[in-house]
Amino acid sequence: MEKFEKLTGVAAPLPLINIDTDMIIPKQFLKTIKRSGLGVNLFDEMRYNDDGTENENFVLNKPAYRDAEILVTGDNFGCGSSREHAPWAIKDFGIRCVIAPGFADIFFNNCFKNGILPIALPQEQVDRLMDDAEKGANARMEIDLENQTITMSDGETVAFEVDSFRKHCLLEGLDDIGLTLEKASAIDSFEASASQARPWV
Amino acid sequence: MSPKTLYDKIWDAHLVHEADDGTCLLYIDRHLVHEVTSPQAFEGLRMAGRSVRAPDKTIAVPDHNVPTTIDRAKGIENEESRIQVEALDTNARETGIHYYPVSDVRQGIVHIIGPEQGWTLPGMTVVCGDSHTATHGAFGALAHGIGTSEVEHVLATQTLIQQKSKNMKVEITGRLSPGVTAKDITLSVIARTGTAGGTGYVIEYCGEAIRALSMEGRMTVCNMAIEGGARAGLIAPDETTYQYVKGRPHAPKGAQWEAALDWWKTLKSDDDAHWDKVVTIKGEDIAPVVTWGTSPEDALPITAEVPDPSSFSGGKVAAVKRALEYMGLKAGTKLRDVPIDTVFIGSCTNGRIEDLRAAAAILEGKRVKDGLRAMVVPGSGLVRAQAEEEGLAQIFIDAGFEWRMAGCSMCLAMNPDQLAPGERCAATSNRNFEGRQGRGGRTHLMSPAMAAAAAVTGRLTDVRELMVEPVI
Ligand code: SF4
Repeated sequence: MEKFEKLTGVAAPLPLINIDTDMIIPKQFLKTIKRSGLGVNLFDEMRYNDDGTENENFVLNKPAYRDAEILVTGDNFGCGSSREHAPWAIKDFGIRCVIAPGFADIFFNNCFKNGILPIALPQEQVDRLMDDAEKGANARMEIDLENQTITMSDGETVAFEVDSFRKHCLLEGLDDIGLTLEKASAIDSFEASASQARPWV
Repeated sequence: MSPKTLYDKIWDAHLVHEADDGTCLLYIDRHLVHEVTSPQAFEGLRMAGRSVRAPDKTIAVPDHNVPTTIDRAKGIENEESRIQVEALDTNARETGIHYYPVSDVRQGIVHIIGPEQGWTLPGMTVVCGDSHTATHGAFGALAHGIGTSEVEHVLATQTLIQQKSKNMKVEITGRLSPGVTAKDITLSVIARTGTAGGTGYVIEYCGEAIRALSMEGRMTVCNMAIEGGARAGLIAPDETTYQYVKGRPHAPKGAQWEAALDWWKTLKSDDDAHWDKVVTIKGEDIAPVVTWGTSPEDALPITAEVPDPSSFSGGKVAAVKRALEYMGLKAGTKLRDVPIDTVFIGSCTNGRIEDLRAAAAILEGKRVKDGLRAMVVPGSGLVRAQAEEEGLAQIFIDAGFEWRMAGCSMCLAMNPDQLAPGERCAATSNRNFEGRQGRGGRTHLMSPAMAAAAAVTGRLTDVRELMVEPVI
């Protein structure tokens, strides 16, 4: 997995609540058997008109935000389906950090498996970051995972929480499966005793 | 020992390892796999030179992409869909996992066939790369959706890295009124708690009205736990559960059945267990509901009117404005006056035999309103066969419904069953998101009986107007 240490980039404001996974990546793009190439269809139905042309009012189509690497958005982001295509599309577009008052559980998990940092902050702080993001291309934010801080364009700093295990994995770019396989003997002995206790499983 | 919830008990029984920081490794008893969220996981395994650790605990079925037309044996026309189904076919056969191909009569929606085949049992941990895995919680199993990286993780290790969720109790007291079903319970709970109300929690549903539900009804309730944001939904097993499970192909038999039963009977929350959040709703207060917006929390009794955006607060004001525009609805319109174009009965929420019975009971001797498109998509080949045997299929066909083969179909419209832009659908599925049933399509969620009623009148309808039994 790609490491996440520090990120400095443009933040795009998307002030909508309950952005679901169908909005992030509609189902017609789930037919792929690859993880890559979904970025062009990120937010497809909001981003493109019915005739396939770009909707110039959508934030990621505005010149200032075309290269956004951070997304500031509304509560309950990523609700709905478990599709990992949602974080794949976000990452493929080039966004590596999503900031919101809250996230749906599975989406939140999926981000960490793909080198994306989701940051949950109180609404007032998200509102301030949203205002900062509204300033456009020159208002770059800095996300420092090691020190758990976001620095806004005016130098003001906001602290954020992150689970220590997930932070460690992101910083080091660690592969979960490799880590778990190191515990193979614990799994073996669990299996042995469980098959005694619950042989019907 | 300190008192525990049902969730605590299942969790403890599956804990392989706990790190100092609280990160846990949880053993997975059943891993269900479908064609959309698994190809990248199998490919990942292959690239890393890893194998499937427990093929006998892994069950695969294609459901999302498969055509549901009668002639589907001819194959899948859409190339991408076909490749995805073929990939599952190859992966399943190469790894030796249990597999139900499209041609097998037992094929169906993954969350319907797991319980149907007895793969899902009380006290198990069950995962699937699909958010509606919550369905299996109806058996008192800890069941939740996972992403594709986690699918790969479970394939390789039969475990999952997890943090423990908090405990939430949702109690439905008393009894349901006539015309009110499990779907109305689950939508009403979400309307109350919001789609993020369960975030960070595992919900246990309890109370007299839940106990009175059949297994089918309980699955409907737990299925939508995820729409309320919860990691999982649970219902403690009881006689109803044991009766359903007994004799299923993969359920324990003989002495193992007795041993299993002894353990299952311990699977309930202790009386003095701690709950981090409690929601109580009176069964009598629940009405037949429909959704009017683009979030499952946008549910109201069918007797209500489309709400005004200004009656909400915070970010919801803008969300409701957007939703009404998308849905083509005006505040103040009576929900009962909203005309529909399409009816979809099916999905893992309401594609089981009891759902088809409930819809057929309303449709018997009636016709679908002229010009309306109506389809029934049974949740599995076996549900379909049973419905044919019981004469339900004929009732649907006589009423003017299309009688389809099993699959996800118009629940998410990955196959050709889709809404056209602006088309309005009465659906028994679980998501009314923008574009869910087709770009620009408008979805109203409701129970099977309500969807059948809507098919007859051509508008959103209070099922109680059409009920033949006297209301006692
Ligand atoms: S029926 Fe719908 S919700 Fe259920 S698994 Fe299929 S697509 Fe998902």
